[in-house]
Amino acid sequence: MEQIWEIVIAFFLIVSGVFGFVGSFGMIKLKDPMSRLHAPTKATTLGVGGVLIASILHSLTLEDHISLHELLITLFLFLTAPVTALFIAKWHIHRHETPETLPPTGGDGRWATHAVAPDNDTPEHTAN
Amino acid sequence: MKLLRRIFPHPHLTLLLTLVWVLLANAPSLNSVLFGLILGIVIPFITQPYWPDRPKLRNWPMVVEYILVVLWDIVVANVTVAGIILFKRDADRKPAWISIPLELRSPEAITVLAGTITMTPGTVSCDLSERGLNLLVHCLDAPDPDAVRDEIKHRYERRLKEIFE
Repeated sequence: MEQIWEIVIAFFLIVSGVFGFVGSFGMIKLKDPMSRLHAPTKATTLGVGGVLIASILHSLTLEDHISLHELLITLFLFLTAPVTALFIAKWHIHRHETPETLPPTGGDGRWATHAVAPDNDTPEHTAN
Repeated sequence: MKLLRRIFPHPHLTLLLTLVWVLLANAPSLNSVLFGLILGIVIPFITQPYWPDRPKLRNWPMVVEYILVVLWDIVVANVTVAGIILFKRDADRKPAWISIPLELRSPEAITVLAGTITMTPGTVSCDLSERGLNLLVHCLDAPDPDAVRDEIKHRYERRLKEIFE
């Protein structure tokens, strides 16, 4: 019985390793910054998810105690990862996109990042 | 009843905080449950002014369905995106911006939708329009941007609308 569980756990570890690797590889292969943003949001889902499932199974089957810490890691990741991605995306829109390069908002003014009035106090090295 | 409401202004949050504390302690002893409960009472009480009109979740079976659908989509989309990264030449890939007209109005629902779009690989939500009527989404590879838009509206927004509104 123990051996079957070891195989299952190993499977989840390998899955997470593969997805972690593909996510990192994507950072090199994809050329534009917005596409690169997709790579880390992926590594955090299946890549981390696999390790967490393996960890829960390991403590449950081989160590005979329940450990559900891992669910919290998933919860916190799901709360924080979109916020980080949004910040990076907003930075990109602010620095590299104009209202003309983005799709129209369907009559609802500009996109929020562009709707901010230009700031005269912006230091030279961060201005466009 | 009124007293109960004052002690537990947000019963779900109380429950969630207690659960999170017990999970953090990683040992369901009476000790951690009690202290979790204390936190679960004190924190909602102190933060009460920060959620003036919080939304009521209407449809609990739909919440469960939504979570399952999203988890399943994450797995499927992960495989798809891994395929795009590994096997598709960069020149053949068609990244696209799409604009999604929103029917959701409550900020909480829009936040959940934007978070879901980001967590399902292949799409990242990037910005809102000035009055919050449209959501800007970037797709890693979208030969047909309209199809992506319709799928997001049908799969996620329709369900969120039933949950929140």
